[in-house]
Amino acid sequence: MVMMVTEVAAVNKQQVSTASAQSKILVDDLNLFYGEKQALFNVSLDIKEKEVTALIGPSGCGKSTFLRTLNRMNDLIDGVRVSGNITIDGEDIYASNDVIKLRTKVGMVFQKSNLFPMSIYDNVAYGPRMQGIKNRKVLDALVEESLRGAAIWDEVKDRLKTSALGLSGGQQQRICIARTIAMKPDVILMDEPTSALDPISTLKVEELITQMKKDYTIVIVTHNMQQAARISDKTAFFLNGEVVEYDDTNVIFSTPKDQRTEDYVTGRFG
Amino acid sequence: MRQAKDNLLRAMLWGSAFVSVAILFTIVGYLFYKGFSYISFDFIFGDYSPIGGGGIFPMIVTTIYTILISLIIATPIGILAAVYLHEYAKQGRLVRIIRYATESLTGIPSIIYGLFGAVFFVATLKLGMSIIAASLTLTIIVLPVIIRTTEEALKTVPASYREGSLALGTTKLQTLYKVILPSAMPGILSGIILSIGRIVGESAAIFLTAGTVAAMPDSIFSSARTLTVHSYLVTQESGDIGLAAAIGIVLIVIILALNLSATYISKKFNKADY
Ligand SMILES: Nc1ncnc2c1ncn2[C@@H]1O[C@H](COP(=O)(O)OP(=O)(O)OP(=O)(O)O)[C@@H](O)[C@H]1O
Ligand SMILES: [Mg+2]
Repeated sequence: MVMMVTEVAAVNKQQVSTASAQSKILVDDLNLFYGEKQALFNVSLDIKEKEVTALIGPSGCGKSTFLRTLNRMNDLIDGVRVSGNITIDGEDIYASNDVIKLRTKVGMVFQKSNLFPMSIYDNVAYGPRMQGIKNRKVLDALVEESLRGAAIWDEVKDRLKTSALGLSGGQQQRICIARTIAMKPDVILMDEPTSALDPISTLKVEELITQMKKDYTIVIVTHNMQQAARISDKTAFFLNGEVVEYDDTNVIFSTPKDQRTEDYVTGRFG
Repeated sequence: MRQAKDNLLRAMLWGSAFVSVAILFTIVGYLFYKGFSYISFDFIFGDYSPIGGGGIFPMIVTTIYTILISLIIATPIGILAAVYLHEYAKQGRLVRIIRYATESLTGIPSIIYGLFGAVFFVATLKLGMSIIAASLTLTIIVLPVIIRTTEEALKTVPASYREGSLALGTTKLQTLYKVILPSAMPGILSGIILSIGRIVGESAAIFLTAGTVAAMPDSIFSSARTLTVHSYLVTQESGDIGLAAAIGIVLIVIILALNLSATYISKKFNKADY
């Protein structure tokens, strides 16, 4: 009997994972210019729902630039021009000018923790409050849920009212993740979220990412090949603003089709 | 050798700190030594009598009026201007010119502002010699100070705060109000405190726009005399240094009180319910 239940569960899981491997973000022929300088060339990617997609490549190849097109953070920079098409859930994100709605749906975690000089609670509640949620009970519940979701509730539950800047780097980064989760996004973008962390904190964040993928579509930039191999389902290799190769992570790391990909993942350059 | 250099540097740093503090203490000490015996309830709360003696209450009131009116006008305009220049304006030639102009304005001697105030506010706008004419003139004097310090304060707010807030789906205005201004508050505050000092220290410009009437002002449209102008005039008329020193003590207390309340208000603002 117990066997059967587990089997059913296993079958269910199977179905869920195949059913969910549908497109979340479709990027078609994307080009991006910083003024005269082109930084992205004909990028096309099909990013799957509830998977972790890793973006790898040498410094300056356009990973961050690409990531920031997905929540239109590049709009903040003067002189940026974008051509091509990005749809999320079938909606063209550059068609409407409602970046607010886009950014609540597509959250972002940065390389270095950028918590505000406020309490832990206020940091996590910041986004929801700006959306107009004022009810204390609702906020309390949301803050707890988000901190649990970022696997940091137990560490901070007794000092929610103290400054968030007093936490360790790894804890701060997980609060940043909690802050993003509090917006109930579909997609979470992460730009080298562990590059400023020690190995133990890094491992914690990686574990967290692996857990989070059942609820979110995650796109992560990383310089760390092992990290990409450990946590991602798909990997895109960027070089000079182009996507050289995009495939299942185990393919990229074991039998890449392009010589340049192989050279990069085996550490021969970059 | 390195050790000797280090010690020398340390001695110089310590020496400079000592000299600055010593000067401050000497001045304050001298004021108290000369003026403290003049201070009494009647001196502070009594009306002025031109025959000699009498209190300085009308001047205290006038001084506080000018400070508050100038700050109430200059602070919001100055902060908004700085926010516009730093956060909204396209950084180009025009902004550079505005910035250069504000910087130059801080260097103009105040007598020039006083003359302008006398011509424009007193005569052209027909405000007459009055507290309001003086306050408007002072507003123009401190406006560049507030714009400059606020801009400097905005520059110190990390760009990552802006990005972090905007990435959470907030508007530019929300980000400004909830994250950027609170982080810039200490700098803005120091601009306001500098301005208070500038207003209190001003004599020429006030002399030309508010006049020297040593009586309790009926309203902000009355001509009146501030403490600084008063201390100048009594020293000149009677040569009584002690009286001027006593006025100095009162001024120091007023400045301290205003600075403390500015700090308190900005702390309140900073803890605004998010
Ligand atoms: N604001 C900007 N203005 C002009 N050029 C920029 C700007 N930001 C990035 N670039 C350029 O665009 C290219 C791609 O930069 P990007 O930051 O996306 O690279 P990256 O792959 O994230 O690099 P890294 O691994 O070092 O973070 C680089 O040549 C960079 O110099
Ligand atoms: Mg980058």
